Amino acid sequence: MAFWIASSPHNHIKSETSAIMRLVIYATIPGIFAQWYFFGWGNIIHISLAIITALVAEFTILSLRERNIKAQLFDGSGILTAVLIGISIPAIAPWWISVIGAAFAIIIVKQLYGGLGHNPFNPAMAGYVMLLISFPLQMTSWQPPLELMALPLSFVDTLSVIIGGFTIDGYSVEQLRTHIDGYTMATPLDTVKTNLTMGLTIAESMENPVIGENFGLGWEWINAGFLLGGLFLLAKKAISWATPLSFLSSLFVCSLIAFLFSQDSNASTMFHWFNGACMLGAFFILTDPVSGATSIKGRIVFGALAGFLVFIIRKYGGYPDAVAFAVLICNMAAPLIDQYTRPRTYGHNVSSNKAGNE
Amino acid sequence: MGSVIERIKRGHFWTFHGGIHPPEQKFLTTDKPIRAVSIPEQLILPLQQHIGISADLQVNVGDKVLKGQALTKSTHPMAVPIHAPTSGTITAIKNAVIAHPSGLSELCLFITPDGEDRWRERKICTDLAKLTDNDLIDKISSAGISGMGGAGFPTQVKVSTHEKIKFLIINAAECEPYITADDLLIREHSPSILDGINILDSILSPEHILIGIEDNKPEAIKVLQQTTANNEKIQVCVLPTKYPTGGEKQLIQILTGQEVPAGVLPSSLGIVMQNIATCFAIADAVINDIPLIKRVVTVSGQALQKPQNVWSLLGTPVGYLLEQCGYPNKDKKHIIMGGPMMGYSLPTDQVPVVKTTNCILAPSEIEISSPYSTGTREVECIRCGQCSDVCPAQLLPQELQWSAKAKDHQQLNKLNLFDCIECGACAYVCPSQIPLVNYYRIAKSEIRQQTQLDIKAEHAKVRFEARKERLTRDKIAREEKQRAAAAARKARMNSGTTEAKSEMSAVAQALARVKAKKAQTKVQAPINQETPTANVAQKSQVAAAIARAKAKKLAAQQNIAVEKTILVDQNTDTSKPAVDKKAKIAAAVAKAKARKFADKAHVKNVNVDDKPIDDKVEQVSNTEKTLVDKKAKIAAAVAKAKARKLAEQQAKLAATPSNEITNEKPKSEST
Repeated sequence: MAFWIASSPHNHIKSETSAIMRLVIYATIPGIFAQWYFFGWGNIIHISLAIITALVAEFTILSLRERNIKAQLFDGSGILTAVLIGISIPAIAPWWISVIGAAFAIIIVKQLYGGLGHNPFNPAMAGYVMLLISFPLQMTSWQPPLELMALPLSFVDTLSVIIGGFTIDGYSVEQLRTHIDGYTMATPLDTVKTNLTMGLTIAESMENPVIGENFGLGWEWINAGFLLGGLFLLAKKAISWATPLSFLSSLFVCSLIAFLFSQDSNASTMFHWFNGACMLGAFFILTDPVSGATSIKGRIVFGALAGFLVFIIRKYGGYPDAVAFAVLICNMAAPLIDQYTRPRTYGHNVSSNKAGNE
Repeated sequence: MGSVIERIKRGHFWTFHGGIHPPEQKFLTTDKPIRAVSIPEQLILPLQQHIGISADLQVNVGDKVLKGQALTKSTHPMAVPIHAPTSGTITAIKNAVIAHPSGLSELCLFITPDGEDRWRERKICTDLAKLTDNDLIDKISSAGISGMGGAGFPTQVKVSTHEKIKFLIINAAECEPYITADDLLIREHSPSILDGINILDSILSPEHILIGIEDNKPEAIKVLQQTTANNEKIQVCVLPTKYPTGGEKQLIQILTGQEVPAGVLPSSLGIVMQNIATCFAIADAVINDIPLIKRVVTVSGQALQKPQNVWSLLGTPVGYLLEQCGYPNKDKKHIIMGGPMMGYSLPTDQVPVVKTTNCILAPSEIEISSPYSTGTREVECIRCGQCSDVCPAQLLPQELQWSAKAKDHQQLNKLNLFDCIECGACAYVCPSQIPLVNYYRIAKSEIRQQTQLDIKAEHAKVRFEARKERLTRDKIAREEKQRAAAAARKARMNSGTTEAKSEMSAVAQALARVKAKKAQTKVQAPINQETPTANVAQKSQVAAAIARAKAKKLAAQQNIAVEKTILVDQNTDTSKPAVDKKAKIAAAVAKAKARKFADKAHVKNVNVDDKPIDDKVEQVSNTEKTLVDKKAKIAAAVAKAKARKLAEQQAKLAATPSNEITNEKPKSEST
């Protein structure tokens, strides 16, 4: 007869880290779908490349570290990182961009710090920032939405551009980015930023074809897609509500104050919300528990700081979008935030008999 | 305080932080009455079944005991006696595995029942009003009642508080999944429970009595409401189901909105909490004179054919109860004592039921997979923070876990590890499936152990310091004594009495004797060593001997000096010519010195004459001067010859330095 001594509790909610990761990956689908719809196959190809790279890189490092490869390779965290990198980079960037990005994210940012749970920075964003700084040309070659493009871009064309730099018909990335009217197009955030430096008002910028009817042709739908996925995650309790709420509120408040201050030089709140990586950042990146703050209070501070930084960098920084930089800065601040937002333990510093005097 | 009661009457309660909703599984046993089980063949009674210390043993092996007879006697408030659950014989008193998370063995009484179940004499109390509070407390104390909810705190300590009590809270929350023991007890024995509550009321005279019960026990709630309908003081508080509502601190927070400050008993807030099963036991003890010898135990789990609540005698082996409830005989048994959240798995089914045992769980593999099949599934913490969301003590389980793994005791104390109530909510929700509570338990015991060691070390230090001080003190005292004795002796000697004088002269004589002896040995030693000059007269012999000795010494010194120079040379420059030169110089120096010494020997002879060192030399010096001179000359010549010989040797040595020096060299290097 054998008995087993196990520690309480004996039952478990039966949740698994890998299940949470899988759920987050599924939640990116609406956003990826919108990307595909407006920008073609590029991001999906990059996501696939990044996933393959991430798996190979993770496998290599895990075998070097003599870890349980089966359990850790498919815990979903590496794949999620790869998916986020694939989503973030321009659709027609060369193939090695996503390969380098994913390899850097997994090997340097994640595994060298000790693997899942030990990385101080969000691997996807650290990878993205590394790419942006190292390869600024490729990383800012955003193509316009398909409907604004002068040239057709099929799946084969996209694949050809990503791998060889030219479409089947021989058009370069630069030519692909050209509008029917003959000028190179940028993202809505970039357009507004450039126009402001050229002395145009926001209202004038809003007439640019890349803006479309609302806040950015295609971009608004991509953000809506990630918002939808994020709400799904919230409903599933896979992520904490505190971070996205405080991030979006903070960005809203900051942009609202600026907008009310000067409508000509500041974009609207919704422009900020539905452009760039705002929703992706709010629900998929800032909510990364490993590199974020842990307590609810801490998460509110963390999100608010990120929102403020996104606004400041978008408004005054050298880059049109700011989510990646804001995330990295907040990652650095997370331990400090945690230190100062520890909850009061039950029975400690009790304000005496508060209930009795009510 | 009125506002609290008003709130409660409106059905509004406070809430505690976090909490979880594990599957309840109470349906397995809630629809069946409490079953009485027959007396097992053997009862195993641990001497200590509560928090505190065990009482003193009153029986021996072979003693016949009657049902209800006290087996131990309490001499301390934290010691609770135990009683014989049935009549029988004490067959052994030995260590056996007890109900403890670590499978610990402790001293147990083994009783073999005689089957007669014969009671000791009982005094049934018909009129409670006749008893004073002290009588009541005595009865509770001697009946061996300790908290029956889980912790097992001695009840008489709780009820003999001197604080003014505002709230007496009766804990009927029973928040652990599976357990329905209190539920069934309420439904079947509510009048006795009310008696128990009334007894507590008369002892503590609280302003209000609150019965906290979770809303998942509708029948028990109904019964309680009916039973207590006539008592204005008692409020039945129906609370939303959430684990761990039944935790003392949590229930206090829910009902009164107050937090029990860390390190303080609830009585300081004017609150006393008793488990509802304890109330039943109090009534039984006070009214029927039945000590705590049995309790309701939920035997549940899907591995059982007939899960049911049973009246179990204390000391009944778990295996016996499981057998009664249809436990399949299988190899790998996974049995849990207590609920699935805070219970502990048992190392053997011979573990007995004790006063705090409210549940025995035999889950099927699907319900609660045993670690046989799964092993550990722990992965790295991803700081998701779900644990801190559910922690009722508002701790940071993830940070505690890191510090526990790193054995950072200071940080653990800073994070208030000891406020952890080990409810298991954190580990229940952890997606990385980290056995958090286990880490905390280990860390807690390590810290406790360290504290013990620190205290011991502190004691040892104090003892050492005391010893050192004592030794110093003794030494000073001893020195003081010696000094005093010496002073007394001196004073006595100088006092001028005849006695003192004789003492003084004795000392002087002794000193003189010592001096003479010394001188003699000094003179004779060289003579004995030297044979060639044996014929020479004693006086000159002495002088010559001295001179010779000196010469010898000098030569030896030179020898060493030469050797040294050679060594040094050899170290710095290995070329032979240089060594030769040096050796020659050294030899020349030695020769010169020897010559000089010979001159000196002349002078010395004269000097010796004048020197009054010893009497013998003095006597002869003047008369035999010439003889001495001659002898001295001879001695000098001998010395010279010796010096020359030495020089020759040195030269030889210098000529063939390689052998000796290579021998020496490593030595000098190594030093």
